[in-house]
Amino acid sequence: MSLHAHVVVRRGVLLVDVDLAVADGEVLAVLGPNGAGKSTVLRVLAGLLPPDGGRVTVGADVWDDDTHHLPAHERPLGMVFQDHLLFPHLSVRDNVAFGLRTRGVRRAPARATAEGWLGRVGLAGFGDRRPTQLSGGQAQRAALARALVGEPRLLLLDEPLSALDARTRLTVRAELRRHLADFAGCTVLVSHDPVDAMALADRVVVVEDGVVVQEGTPVEVARRPRTDYVARLVGLSLLPGTASGTTVALDGGGEVAVAEPAQGPVLVAVRPETVSLYLSRPDGSPRNVWPATLAGATPHGSTVRCDLAGAVPLTADVTATAFAEMGLVPGAQVWASVKASEVAVYPR
Amino acid sequence: MLPLLGLLIRAPWSDLWPQLTEPQVGQALRLSLVSATLATLVSLVLGVPIAWVLARSTIPGRSVLRALVTVPLVLPPVVGGVALFLVLGRQGIIGRVLHEQFDVTIPFTTTAVVIAETFVAMPFLVISVEGALRAADARFEDAAATLGADRWTTFRRVTLPLVAPGVAAGAVLCWARALGEFGATITFAGNFPGTTQTMPLAVYLALQSNPEGAIVLSLVLLFVSLATLLLLRDRWLGRSGSPVT
Repeated sequence: MSLHAHVVVRRGVLLVDVDLAVADGEVLAVLGPNGAGKSTVLRVLAGLLPPDGGRVTVGADVWDDDTHHLPAHERPLGMVFQDHLLFPHLSVRDNVAFGLRTRGVRRAPARATAEGWLGRVGLAGFGDRRPTQLSGGQAQRAALARALVGEPRLLLLDEPLSALDARTRLTVRAELRRHLADFAGCTVLVSHDPVDAMALADRVVVVEDGVVVQEGTPVEVARRPRTDYVARLVGLSLLPGTASGTTVALDGGGEVAVAEPAQGPVLVAVRPETVSLYLSRPDGSPRNVWPATLAGATPHGSTVRCDLAGAVPLTADVTATAFAEMGLVPGAQVWASVKASEVAVYPR
Repeated sequence: MLPLLGLLIRAPWSDLWPQLTEPQVGQALRLSLVSATLATLVSLVLGVPIAWVLARSTIPGRSVLRALVTVPLVLPPVVGGVALFLVLGRQGIIGRVLHEQFDVTIPFTTTAVVIAETFVAMPFLVISVEGALRAADARFEDAAATLGADRWTTFRRVTLPLVAPGVAAGAVLCWARALGEFGATITFAGNFPGTTQTMPLAVYLALQSNPEGAIVLSLVLLFVSLATLLLLRDRWLGRSGSPVT
């Protein structure tokens, strides 16, 4: 019992063509910018949108192929939406019981099961409330209980945390992680937030412009991003170039020294915290020293994230104190330096 | 407001009671209330599905359907009455079949009153419900589908409760319009006390012979309309102001 999906949908000018496979108990995150087609894929998996082609199977059951489309209400699945979508006219308990009632469970046992699930998500005693009387985090927990109550084979999560404020998000994310670990079926999570994807998923698929551009474990994707979008998400500077030994000639001009020898087309990834800035050319061991212009700076926690323009465009994190002491303003001429051993290089 | 004030000022308050207790008044009022309520029920049964089709489905010919449904809004009611007569009258396209095959005659009966009122008043309901359906978040229906609800269950247990305030508002408008219906009724159903003479018809007739009686009847209509609006506003329509999400 596992999900295999090849989804082909045309949405206006965007052609979505995505292959997904999820094992039982596995959580797959589909990560991508807005408009990349990731929610479209989720709607197809849910049966809310008939695909233009492809095939969706769960275990031995065919949910979608060229001749057959199983409508949403006949699919054993649960779905959690971004803004919970709890039915406003029903109590929280009846919301959770809804999926049991539609599948023929009588009112009393359905309510009892719903009550049990409310307890599991930490909402015991909230059953009589209306959804509008719940906080954002509580509503999202109730929505999770509603999705899981029918013991679905496939759980779909559409940006489940993005409507929550930062603090609630942390706690709900941790709880969600626990519930996902207990869930025996396949889970597909759609998100544009890398932190959600990294924290919750066993495997990440990055979708851009309707196609999969990268796939791997969260650690792999975070360390070796393949596209600018992913690099920006995980906070890396990504520089395409051509390697020859321990020197990479960048496509945009400039040269980067790396510790591990490589050959041919490569990607060079630099973490912002490994980049040091100087007002005059530094002497010393780093082989990578480049002149650059400070293009912009934004506060980023206790540091300031500096965007550098030049032959080697980089992002550098410096402490707020250092930023102030150096008197950096946009347009300032600086020297950027990074150790060759801190630079990741991998084939394109 | 001024015409309504005029009505209040000119009202023969002294002999209001004898005027009101005349049997013709009670008869006309009862007929009006019954036929307007029946017309509203018929409109609900026919109009809510039509509104759903207009708001949710993607079938071709939707714009034609919408035009057909809303025509009675802009059509002079008398013309509507003539049209109904041509279709359902004894010599009409459908009326002849009904008369010859089933011995059923529609014009100049209470049924005709209800049909005429439905014809004129249903667009108010359809437009109101369609608006409510469009304003309601269709993603609730998606959520219901992922919870195993087929279309009918979704409509019954999710869509309808969500748009209930809109349906109530539409029903009130529809009922009020049916209560005041004159042109189509007098054309298609005639003006027979007890069977087809509704309040507006009685008012018009009284104005010819007994102006004071017409004022009294008008006051009754005014009172019934206002009372209904106020009553329903508190019980149902007040809820439409509360957040739906």
